[in-house]
Amino acid sequence: MSTVNKYEKTFLMKLLEQMLLIRRFEEKAAQMYGLRKIGGFCHLYIGQEAVAVGSIAALDLKKDYVLTAYRDHGHALACGMDPNGAMAELYGKVTGCSKGKGGSMHFFDEENHMYGGNGIVGAHIPIAAGMAFKIKYKQEDGVVLCYFGDGAIHQGVFHETLNMAKIWNLPVIFICENNFYGMGTNYKRVSSVHDYSIMGTSYGIPAWQVNGMDVLEVYEETQKAIKMVKEEKTPVLLEIQTYRYRGHSMSDPAKYRTKEEVEEYRNQDPIIILENKMTEAGLLTKEEYTEIDKRCKNIANESVRFAEESEEPPLEAMYEDIYA
Amino acid sequence: MALITFREAIRQAIDEEMARDENVFLIGEEVAEYDGAYKVSQGLLDKYGPQRVVDTPIAEAGFTGIGIGAAMAGLRPIVEWMTFNFSLLAFDQVVNNAAKMRHMSGGQVSVPIVFRGPNGPAEYLSSQHSQALQSLYAHVPGLIVVAPGTPYDAKGLLKSSIRNDNPVIFLEAELMYGWKGEVPEEEYLIPIGKADIKREGKDITLISYSKPLRMVEQAAEQLAGEGIEAEIVDLRTLRPLDEEAVYESVKKTNRCVIVDETWPFASVASHLGWLISRNCFDYLDAPVELVTSEDVPMPYNHTLELEVQPTVKKITDAAKRVLYL
Repeated sequence: MSTVNKYEKTFLMKLLEQMLLIRRFEEKAAQMYGLRKIGGFCHLYIGQEAVAVGSIAALDLKKDYVLTAYRDHGHALACGMDPNGAMAELYGKVTGCSKGKGGSMHFFDEENHMYGGNGIVGAHIPIAAGMAFKIKYKQEDGVVLCYFGDGAIHQGVFHETLNMAKIWNLPVIFICENNFYGMGTNYKRVSSVHDYSIMGTSYGIPAWQVNGMDVLEVYEETQKAIKMVKEEKTPVLLEIQTYRYRGHSMSDPAKYRTKEEVEEYRNQDPIIILENKMTEAGLLTKEEYTEIDKRCKNIANESVRFAEESEEPPLEAMYEDIYA
Repeated sequence: MALITFREAIRQAIDEEMARDENVFLIGEEVAEYDGAYKVSQGLLDKYGPQRVVDTPIAEAGFTGIGIGAAMAGLRPIVEWMTFNFSLLAFDQVVNNAAKMRHMSGGQVSVPIVFRGPNGPAEYLSSQHSQALQSLYAHVPGLIVVAPGTPYDAKGLLKSSIRNDNPVIFLEAELMYGWKGEVPEEEYLIPIGKADIKREGKDITLISYSKPLRMVEQAAEQLAGEGIEAEIVDLRTLRPLDEEAVYESVKKTNRCVIVDETWPFASVASHLGWLISRNCFDYLDAPVELVTSEDVPMPYNHTLELEVQPTVKKITDAAKRVLYL
């Protein structure tokens, strides 16, 4: 367990607030989905917030890049996406981050170097390596963080990409967010190994497991990985173990796991863990926590108001944004 | 003008664009140390080094995706597929990533990339190595599909494709690499999306592109010997299609044969046939005819494989049917 004592209070407050913002934003999104204001697939990140927040906190998004799969709301907000644009995208409005063309699965924020929001399981893994190829080609200083789930790790392109990332030593950190279920399938039922770091070492890539419920551990291990990428000139694979409380998507009642299992993880909630550590260290009062939480709820509420008041895209927009 | 091969024309285009823009690089199987499976990239490794002429493992989906990512980040990759048959392993990357990034990001992301290599039947290669797959790519909005039929067009269009900010599928053909044609010494570009009248005529329009073009020119010669003046429209680009050039010719000749080495079902030829029937109905004196490959996988046997594809005789026969001769 990482200690909070070595960190500035403002940094810890930032992590706490980002996790709470993602949580409150998605709770609101789920509520609006229930009211049928949002349609399609909506994959919630609730429970996994520490992974995106802790790792992205280690980046400089002027030179670093982030790509993730379709469970992308948390990563986008952690990269600094405007929550109004995020909610408006869920509503399919023209003010959405992708002008209502992408929806839940395709949040993009080029200014903050957040390149999706990618819907085909594992297919963005080579894309991430390609962005790292550019960093190396231009002799830049950045790294690429590429997130994907345990379900993606058996796709061919994962293995093809790890091999090429290593032979060219690309500055990319592959982050397998193992939430234990590829949709409804427990990873142990479909994987020949249960420790995914083995899949990195089999390509000569340094790899290790990280506790994804502790935001500070995620932050520190990502920093360590970035240092390794830059100093030892190698890609890195992290298996960050985490847990999603909700189903795979809004339509999934998640009957493949027990209530006890979900309850067990709720007790290791990443927000509660950080809150407790900060409180014990005298870095957070109940009032401060309540104030942050209230602020995040207000931002989520405001994003709904913004989305509802935004315009639908005009019909002719269907012909736009196809060719440059 | 210099007489050079199709292969040299492609190489010159790549070479000139790599010299012009340091963001352009070539990536694919055997492109560097082996000098290219079909020797298109011969000498480029020596000139530009391994950073810009990049050999890959046999992993089409992976290196195609890496090219797409590099393009999204601002480079201008040229991805060589050893043949389009193997591009099917990378089809997901092209259709779901390259063609969609701009759209699903609401216009934030561009993917300036060229995917190129030999497409269509060669000889004695059987079913998995002799496929004309352009209809699959031409089907997908978000892609540009370019299909030159001469060294001159190949060079000018490839240079334009490399400078284009969209994903471009660039179709070559193994049997075309040795074809010779005149190419000017000075630099030139050919715009994407413009067809070219390869031969003027008043009696019938023959529409084609890429490798069958040469066969169409031979057919036109034969028809001319019988007093039939055929006009040849070389599409050069399949997406976006230069519909106006096609309609202008058909409205002049009132008769049309489309020659395409793809399978007929849901093909470039069948779509174009529908467009002409829809938009030139009042001008047509006969139904539009298609000469395509037979609707079968390619056999190894040489007699059979030649008969599966369009032939000069099939083209002249179709022209005469359309002329009611």
